[in-house]
Amino acid sequence: MSDSHNQFKQLVGPGESLRVMDSLRRGASRRDVLSMLLAGGMQATLAGSLAGMAVTAHAQTPRRGGRIRVAAATAAASDTLDPAKQSNQTDYSRGNMLYNGLFVLDGSLTPQPALAESYATKDAKTWVFTLRKGVSFHDGKALAPADVVFSVMRHKDPATASKAKALADQIESVKATGPNEVTVVLTAPNADLPVILGTFHFHIVKDGTTDFNAGIGTGPFKLKEFKPGVRSVVVRNEAYWKPGKPYLDEIEFVGIGDESARVNALLSGGLDLIASVDPRSVARVKSTPGYGIFTTQSGQYSDLIMRRDLGPGTNPDFALAMKHLFDRELMRKTIALDHAVIANDQPIDPTNRFYFAGLPQRPFDLDKAKFHLQKSGVTGKVPVVASPAAMYSVETSLLLQQSAQRIGLELEVKRMPADGYWSNHWLNSPVGFGNVNPRPSADVLLTQFFQSDAAWNESRWKNPKFDQLLLASRAETDFGKRKQMYADMQTLIHQEAGIGIPLFLASIDGHSSKLKGLSPIPLGGLMGYSFAENVWLDA
Amino acid sequence: MNALILKLLARRVALSLLSLLAVSVLVFAITAVLPGDAAQEQLGQEATPEALAALRAQMGLDVPGPERYVKWLWGAVRGDLGTSATTRMPVGELVGSRLPNSLLLAAVTALFSVPIALSLGIVCAVWRGSWLDRVASTGAVAVVSVPEFLVATLAVLVFAVKLHWLPALSYVSDIESLGQMLRAFAMPVLSLCCVIIAQMMRMTRAAVIDQLDAPYIEMVRLKGASAARLVLLHALPNAVGPIANAVALSLSYLLGGVIIVETIFNYPGIAKLMVDGVSQRDMPLVQACAMIFCSGYLLLVTLADVCGIVANPRLRHR
Repeated sequence: MSDSHNQFKQLVGPGESLRVMDSLRRGASRRDVLSMLLAGGMQATLAGSLAGMAVTAHAQTPRRGGRIRVAAATAAASDTLDPAKQSNQTDYSRGNMLYNGLFVLDGSLTPQPALAESYATKDAKTWVFTLRKGVSFHDGKALAPADVVFSVMRHKDPATASKAKALADQIESVKATGPNEVTVVLTAPNADLPVILGTFHFHIVKDGTTDFNAGIGTGPFKLKEFKPGVRSVVVRNEAYWKPGKPYLDEIEFVGIGDESARVNALLSGGLDLIASVDPRSVARVKSTPGYGIFTTQSGQYSDLIMRRDLGPGTNPDFALAMKHLFDRELMRKTIALDHAVIANDQPIDPTNRFYFAGLPQRPFDLDKAKFHLQKSGVTGKVPVVASPAAMYSVETSLLLQQSAQRIGLELEVKRMPADGYWSNHWLNSPVGFGNVNPRPSADVLLTQFFQSDAAWNESRWKNPKFDQLLLASRAETDFGKRKQMYADMQTLIHQEAGIGIPLFLASIDGHSSKLKGLSPIPLGGLMGYSFAENVWLDA
Repeated sequence: MNALILKLLARRVALSLLSLLAVSVLVFAITAVLPGDAAQEQLGQEATPEALAALRAQMGLDVPGPERYVKWLWGAVRGDLGTSATTRMPVGELVGSRLPNSLLLAAVTALFSVPIALSLGIVCAVWRGSWLDRVASTGAVAVVSVPEFLVATLAVLVFAVKLHWLPALSYVSDIESLGQMLRAFAMPVLSLCCVIIAQMMRMTRAAVIDQLDAPYIEMVRLKGASAARLVLLHALPNAVGPIANAVALSLSYLLGGVIIVETIFNYPGIAKLMVDGVSQRDMPLVQACAMIFCSGYLLLVTLADVCGIVANPRLRHR
């Protein structure tokens, strides 16, 4: 399916392709697809052949049975099954095998109902969720509103040390208001609540759980073995509420830190799916018969941070000069080896439904850079802090150094070790690099990284107009109006913030050709970490 | 057993306890000066001051360092290694799940490497200067100078990726038969053998040659003893001391120093556990691993000394 999605994407663009593929997955017929494409202004003949192609992709019927071995890129003694503490792809993938959320995010990060069957809200502040009937936990207990209340409210308790506490703080109360109904009241309106409840940290666990090592959830697989840092084994949950799913009988999930060990294990037949393949290994995997590459373009980016409160970035012209020094095309080709798309110093990426495509692309322009540099009056050596912890930042800063030399600006690249980078250098260096992983929604991203008083406001950029827009967009339930607000916010960031974003990076996975059913979900690799219930083994 | 051995043992035990104490202070101090603590490492980019404070309190990191050390030491003395800061699992349990794997790998490697190394070393010493000696000695230098990650990676590329004879990863949890065990252990053991056989062989060769040059060997030869009797009954017992020490050093390396092999074959051993512990600033875990490596080393070295005494008639009957 991923191949045909790629073919399709080239013809109709990524957004449209995702929309069509997604509706196919939800069971649209050839006729539906045709009308969708025709409504988009496409010629009938072209649309016809495209729809045919899309439907053939869908016609591959999943096969039941089989066992696969999957390796993610991290494994440590700190591996956890507690949804609140999950922190990396290994934890997320395992969580998606065992648990469900109230909602699940699809290929365009739009929330689809999961354990919540439907929701109703008038003001985006008070939300009533109807729970799905007939869902039970792995130990046989039926899903009840009390489980949802417990699973959401525990994030607010500081003692839980939840990674989602900042998101949970906007929830004022969660109450059971009926046998199958839960009412959530927020402190302020937020039209994105279903998106938040669709993130992995808000997976639903049993009321009163204190020891999570048993992994009791409502998910597609049951836990058979869990050894932190070594491996976990899950087996099919026969009583899963999605009819026909999951397809596989058993999954063995390990973490292998060493990239070449991961690739070698895949190519020697020891694994069926591996996460985080280095772009340099892609050719090797592709050239081996029986193996393929699965790429997920997402909103992940490494950004150049120029603080507005100290150092050279206090002068906004310095930031503009630096943003013009990015040779984005060269960076995409030589650093990411084409596994990235060019970004435009706006943090929302093209896979997101709120991406503002109308923003003119900032070019690589030495004259403009020189003009802004002179206007800023910055002279002398400027230290730039980079680290392997922020993906590609060392390579990016070296390219930047070369272009800066050409306008007489001397950049001193300071390469820091990955160990301890986030606590010691990120947010502290006047000019340095950060790395932002894909976020489930534009609102979460902008709130965490660009709101004036955000803890991670990397460049300390403060703009009251932006803050107002952010609050207003959260309460806006009309999609068109909301999209316009996001466009305005992206323009503000593009022009004023001390953040340079050269590229949006892709996640690359390697897999055996027998493994079918992978389709990108831009939260990260491994199908947004939710491959487990969607893939099957071809005979 | 004689008084010499008992005295040596008593002195060694006392010294070992002192060294363990010193190592634990050092390890604690070094973990304390590393940038960031367990709470910061766990939260990473998500470390807001509020979350940090809550997690620190939960991990017991809000008490001053010396107090934490004394508490840990008091627990360790009573046999309680504490709870891992990041996983909340008892350290004993974490270590207990990995240590048998490391011991197994070390045992299998020793089983192959020690006999090969010793016999090669003795043969080379006896036929010193022969073509066999030259080939073996040059080979040993060559093998010992190739880093083990290169040996391991090449082995994977050839035997797993190209030929599909052996699995690229070493899955210990799936071992049910002897055949599976041989397949799983073949490449890790091969890579480790390359490093330690060469070291042990060279030490053995030197020790035996040293004895063969001694005047008493000439006496034995004049007495008319056969070559085998000369080497095995006269020269070797006197060389056991240094040989045993060389073997002990190599084996102690197998316990804690095999991180590269564990990483390449994804083998769940204790070295990787300790590296995890260090990168997560998990003090109780790091301490426990350090104590195990240190005790293992001390135990092996003491054993080697005892072996040296027992095997040597002159020392035994003093």
